[in-house]
Amino acid sequence: MSRLKPGRIVASLAAVVVALVWAFPVYWMVNSALLPNTVLTSSTPRFLPFGGSLKNFRAVWDGGTFLPALRTSLIVTLTAVLCCLLFAFCAALAISRFRFRGRTSFVLAVLFIQMLPAEGLFIAQYKMMSQVGLTDHALGLASLYAAAVVPFTVWMLRGFVAGVPADLEEAAMVDGASRTGAFFRITFPLLAPGLVASGVYAFLQAWNEFTIALVIMPSAAAQTLPLWLRGFIQQSSTRAVDWGQVMAASTLVALPVIVFFLLVQGRLTSGLVAGAVKG
Amino acid sequence: MSHAAAVAPAESPPVKRRRFHLTPYSLLFPAVAILLAALAYPVGWQIFASVHRYGRAQQFGQPAEFIGAANYLALVRDPAIWSVVVRSIGFCLVNAVLTVLIGVGLAVLMNAAAKACRLILQIGLLLAWAMPVVAAMTVWNWLFQWHTGVVNQVLTQLGFSFHNHNWLESPLSFYAVATIIVVWMSVPFVAFSVFAGLTQISPEVTEAAQLDGASGWRRFTHIVMPMIRPVLMIVLLLQIIWDLRVFTQIKLLQDAGAPLSETDLLGTYIYRVSTGVSDFGLAAAMSVFVLLLTLILSAPYVRSLMKEESL
Repeated sequence: MSRLKPGRIVASLAAVVVALVWAFPVYWMVNSALLPNTVLTSSTPRFLPFGGSLKNFRAVWDGGTFLPALRTSLIVTLTAVLCCLLFAFCAALAISRFRFRGRTSFVLAVLFIQMLPAEGLFIAQYKMMSQVGLTDHALGLASLYAAAVVPFTVWMLRGFVAGVPADLEEAAMVDGASRTGAFFRITFPLLAPGLVASGVYAFLQAWNEFTIALVIMPSAAAQTLPLWLRGFIQQSSTRAVDWGQVMAASTLVALPVIVFFLLVQGRLTSGLVAGAVKG
Repeated sequence: MSHAAAVAPAESPPVKRRRFHLTPYSLLFPAVAILLAALAYPVGWQIFASVHRYGRAQQFGQPAEFIGAANYLALVRDPAIWSVVVRSIGFCLVNAVLTVLIGVGLAVLMNAAAKACRLILQIGLLLAWAMPVVAAMTVWNWLFQWHTGVVNQVLTQLGFSFHNHNWLESPLSFYAVATIIVVWMSVPFVAFSVFAGLTQISPEVTEAAQLDGASGWRRFTHIVMPMIRPVLMIVLLLQIIWDLRVFTQIKLLQDAGAPLSETDLLGTYIYRVSTGVSDFGLAAAMSVFVLLLTLILSAPYVRSLMKEESL
């Protein structure tokens, strides 16, 4: 093994330095969340949370608006992810397993939809949702999210479905399995990592989305977490900003996603390989 | 491409694939249905509004007057809009190119580093990738906060005069900060995608080139680059699309206190024209224009992507 080559040592050191630089804002968020505001507003920065406490977190939690926002976010996100996965999976099957008229147009449409400028669509989407009475409603936001992530998810899943050779299914059918049976017993288990990866992608997009929610969910009672966080900052900036509490609120919003992301990261990257590399 | 073969019924000969199937259409139906439900009306309304006089009165039910291309002409004639367009294209290209360059660099670094260090780098990037954009913007606003932000404090301690320096005040440093943030957020996706592409290259190929005397740089440009080209195309295309429409980052930086008219990019400008001034017709015309701009900027990539995918 070429373990001790100087090139490798330099690359390894550089990798660690870059990692520290990239993670610094996240570290700084947690660090500030643990420190009292008097320390944060002093003129020398404190780089380690000595003398820190969970007081900021308690203050945010006791505000009583975090849990309802968490609930809305969970409902909206899970609905969107489930719909998106199901629909995108079917579409990915269609475009990678069948040749049919309109296939190229669909693939082009998938790319095209990515290009639609969302800021222009807000107003019409708001009009549409208010006509059917779905503003401030989880279902309305969830369906817009599902539609927003379906194109990219189709793109990603297509790579996975293409990666499972159709011959496998055919072999199972020769052995007497029905076509559906062959699909569910052979192909589907092989696609599980792809579904996980795409599901995570869709989850993050919906969980973190800010702009559509800003327009579609105007009332304070129906806020998702990103809206709640923004409201929290605005509300606290009418007084002097309590950065400790603001950072604690940011940490509360970010933490579930970060933990989730670290848990599934291996699958996610292998998902990107399959989605992007294979034709 | 073997995977593209249709799943033919077992008994029919595999050559016969051109028969009309209902299955692919029924499989596409749900995806198409939700896309139509969420997007057809908004896109249609946008095109409608862009050729009508559409303001607050029309929003409340007054019939909209057809004015043809007047909104588009107003758009073309307004120098303020042109400066927004130029700034947006500049911002988009700088950010997309920086993101892809740094992303490729970090992917190569991941490939070259020892296993433990690679994992550390991957976790560092994942942390940035997983940050919800509003949370990330809050943290960056705090880092660059003029009074007690750590950036100013450290720069001051290093002997530079950054005490109470407001980074968001002048447009140039506003865009510099925005670029740092957008690149920080977007690089992980590119780095992981390209790294994923790199792991697909078999070591035998590069070793063979090395034995033949190819230098590191030549191996990179002649073997590695062509092999990761498809991935690069996709990530560059997506970055251009995303960076041209960048909205949340700019909006939240503006919220933190920046002069609006000098820092607007297309996304925030359209948002301001429609929600602030209530000129929905003009905003719609601008959206159509942004769409065309995106199509023009991404056309070469889409074409070569299509060629490589043999669609």
